[in-house]
Amino acid sequence: MPDTHRIPVMDETAVRRALARMAREVVERNAGTRDLALMGIHRRGTQIAQRLREEIRGAEGVDVPIGSIDITLYRDDLMEVGPRPIVGGSELPPRGVDDRTVVIVDDVLYTGRTVRAAMNELMDWGRPSRVLLCVLVDRDGRELPIQPDVVGRRFEVMDRQSVEVLVPELDGRLGVDIVQRAPEAA
Amino acid sequence: MNPTAPPLGKDLVGLEPLTREQILTILDTAEPFKEISERRIKKVPVLRGKTIVNLFFEASTRTRVSFEFAEKRLSADTVNISASGSSVVKGETLVDTARNLEAMRIDMVVIRHGASGAARFLAERIPSNVINAGDGAHEHPTQGLLDLLTMRDNLGRIEGVRVCIVGDILHSRVARSNLYGLLKLGAEVAVCGPPTLLPRGIEQLGVTVFRRVEDAIAWADVLNVLRLQLERMHGGYVPSLREYNRVWGVTTERLEAAPRKLLILHPGPMNRGVEIDSDVADGPHSVILNQVTNGVAVRMAVLYLLAGGAPEKAEAAKHGGEG
Amino acid sequence: MSERLLLTGGRVVDPSQSLDGVCDVLLAEGKVEAVAPSLDVPEGVRVLDCAGLVITPGLIDVHVHLREPGGEHKETIRTGARAAAAGGFTAICAMPNTDPPIDDPAAVGFVLAEGRRAGAARVYPTGAISVGQKGEHLALIGEMVAEGAVAVTDDGRPVMDSGLMRLALEYASAFGIPVADHPEDLGLSGDGVMNEGLVSTRLGLPGKPNAAEDVHIVRDLLLAEFTGGHIHLQHVSTAFGVESIRQAKARGVRVTAEATPHHLTLTDEAVDGYRTEAKMNPPLRSAADVAAVRAGLADGTLDVIATDHAPHHYDEKEQEFQYAPNGIVGLETVLGVILTRVVGEGVLELPSMVERMSCQPARAFNLPGGTLVPGAVADVTVLDPQAVWTVDPASFESKSRNTPFAGWKLTGRARMTIVGGQVVWGE
Repeated sequence: MPDTHRIPVMDETAVRRALARMAREVVERNAGTRDLALMGIHRRGTQIAQRLREEIRGAEGVDVPIGSIDITLYRDDLMEVGPRPIVGGSELPPRGVDDRTVVIVDDVLYTGRTVRAAMNELMDWGRPSRVLLCVLVDRDGRELPIQPDVVGRRFEVMDRQSVEVLVPELDGRLGVDIVQRAPEAA
Repeated sequence: MNPTAPPLGKDLVGLEPLTREQILTILDTAEPFKEISERRIKKVPVLRGKTIVNLFFEASTRTRVSFEFAEKRLSADTVNISASGSSVVKGETLVDTARNLEAMRIDMVVIRHGASGAARFLAERIPSNVINAGDGAHEHPTQGLLDLLTMRDNLGRIEGVRVCIVGDILHSRVARSNLYGLLKLGAEVAVCGPPTLLPRGIEQLGVTVFRRVEDAIAWADVLNVLRLQLERMHGGYVPSLREYNRVWGVTTERLEAAPRKLLILHPGPMNRGVEIDSDVADGPHSVILNQVTNGVAVRMAVLYLLAGGAPEKAEAAKHGGEG
Repeated sequence: MSERLLLTGGRVVDPSQSLDGVCDVLLAEGKVEAVAPSLDVPEGVRVLDCAGLVITPGLIDVHVHLREPGGEHKETIRTGARAAAAGGFTAICAMPNTDPPIDDPAAVGFVLAEGRRAGAARVYPTGAISVGQKGEHLALIGEMVAEGAVAVTDDGRPVMDSGLMRLALEYASAFGIPVADHPEDLGLSGDGVMNEGLVSTRLGLPGKPNAAEDVHIVRDLLLAEFTGGHIHLQHVSTAFGVESIRQAKARGVRVTAEATPHHLTLTDEAVDGYRTEAKMNPPLRSAADVAAVRAGLADGTLDVIATDHAPHHYDEKEQEFQYAPNGIVGLETVLGVILTRVVGEGVLELPSMVERMSCQPARAFNLPGGTLVPGAVADVTVLDPQAVWTVDPASFESKSRNTPFAGWKLTGRARMTIVGGQVVWGE
């Protein structure tokens, strides 16, 4: 791996504050917690969704049903990727998605393709009455006309920079970094 | 980047050429595919736009239907070409069939054929992915895989498990695929059957031979019972089906004498009362129906893992996109 | 009629005269005129410089399938005779299992005439043992011999009826010809398509056990002993077969036997991957069998090296293994394979190789040649023992390409083939 440069742009406290606000926005958009269901997108979207659920429990005293989506089988680049991505499982929230407000939760919204795949998969499972998109980070670079309903923080980054969300379960800490890749050797 | 599975190559011709890791990958991949069959819309778009030909030179409803379900649940377009009444078999050689398939730009071919080596023959001549659905007495890899998955589902592991394959080993592609897969995953494997139906050199593959089915039952954790075909009797290997049942049949009485609970598998279709008693086939230890369910999931996993992946694309994929 | 040829400076290896040294060889009027360390160059003689080369009595292959009549897309008498010359052979014996088979004097005459017209290696016809090679009644053996047949055989099939084999051995002895047999018990072979063993088990292909060949080898030896006839056992491939022949010879049985280049060098592992270019009958066997065949060749139990040259069209071999026909070509590769993998590996010395490929075949089948004694027919093989070459089937004189030796890098090759004093190939 060529030299990379990590610039932390949100520490744990900043992320927690953002999550607290996002949780309240979700509840506000839904006018309450009735018929709400959270669906985190593998992998880090699920950890963010878990934390959102805790925040909602803290604020409203309600446990919102939660599930997870593995979008591997719905990726639009599936047949171009050489080695097959390992397929994880998807899990419906208890009592399914029909007639619910499903909040798709992801860590970073970038090109929009992951969310497109998640929505297709969601629709193959059932018929939600409404779908909201909630992301911790919204960065520029959209390739599809998809916009989030609830956002933690917006970033615009330069060439060869990417935004990464880190979670304790996988990365040892909670935070958001901007990662700068060194130029490729000629 | 998502973690990726070790590549399988272009074709699935048998289990003998695969590594332990590749076999485990297929079994692990089959797990999420089991869930799809529980959904309301039993389809994922993985193979959308791909054309798959089921080229069956030997009649087989169950394997073909299982593949067809797997293909359709992955959203592929399927075409069935079968032996009876088709110009494919009458006078057209396998080489010509291969050339025609290539000219039609078929993405994947599932082939069942009566000659050992036919799958490999086809795989070497066309760029499509070729999946062996049974070639002569050589291999039936997806059957071997679904048997492995079924054993793992019920016992939690394959390593150290004692599996005895009972029946006509000599002519059985299921037996060969099973033993390759089991040995690679660390099981202990034995075979049992009439001496006329045990192939030369089988012990050199790492397999124990039991002459008496009672001994096999006393030793094993799992019995995989093979169908005894009528032709074997006509070929003189065994004097009569009744005698076969009396000496080597997996009967209720024999199982009752077993020291532990045995898992019973059978690739189907069964000759009830010949190699296996009905009570055994329908009994509590039989997981024959599990095999059928697992068959679709395993075939979906194989199709998913094989499709499209060419080595050059793997290079390009290393610089692939984020979400 | 033929010009006079003087071959100078070559190493002449002629076991029939216990000769192995640098000599000049003078050929005139279709015969060997003189062989001596240094000959004067007479008037009007064409001189061929053979320095660095080896000169031997013309090589003879007693087991060749020429496919004419009936299989001309695979090979004709003409292309086969040319392939033989390209391989260094001055004479071949043509097997009678054509379509129709060679079982009467007219057919024998046809083969002879076509062979002469080809103007390459000599073609000696063999006739069928039984009418139509059906294994029921004796064919017109005497008449075929009178017309020019040098042996009788039902090859590609065995003689299943032991009673018929007894009759054949007795009857043929009246004409001083060998009865050549393809030893195989078809009941034991069953539907086998390769050697029965670990490889056949892994490939899921039905196999033929060694016993299928051994049973008939032993039968033939017993019948030869009983009748006093001359049995010629073709393409011996099993250890037990070799040992049985060894013991029979010690008892004085009149037996000669063949080793093929492939049974001297390849095991059944060569079939792995369903390679039809390694499919023949008898099949390639185990390492132990190969070792025994090599030892048998070395100690003379197996008298001759013969190719069982069996051309098949590309399309026929391009099939599922069990449907592909048996057989591989051999005329253009055998010399290189033997020099590299048998002589080159110390199993045989070069003079012994010449014995097995020229002297003994001539003796076993009562053919002219096999010697460069003055007065003998001017059939001479000139070979280059140092020539390094790669087997390229596309460049064969033979019409067919089916060989497991494709791509092999070999050392040693025929340089020139002289039949009746005429250079028919090379130079």
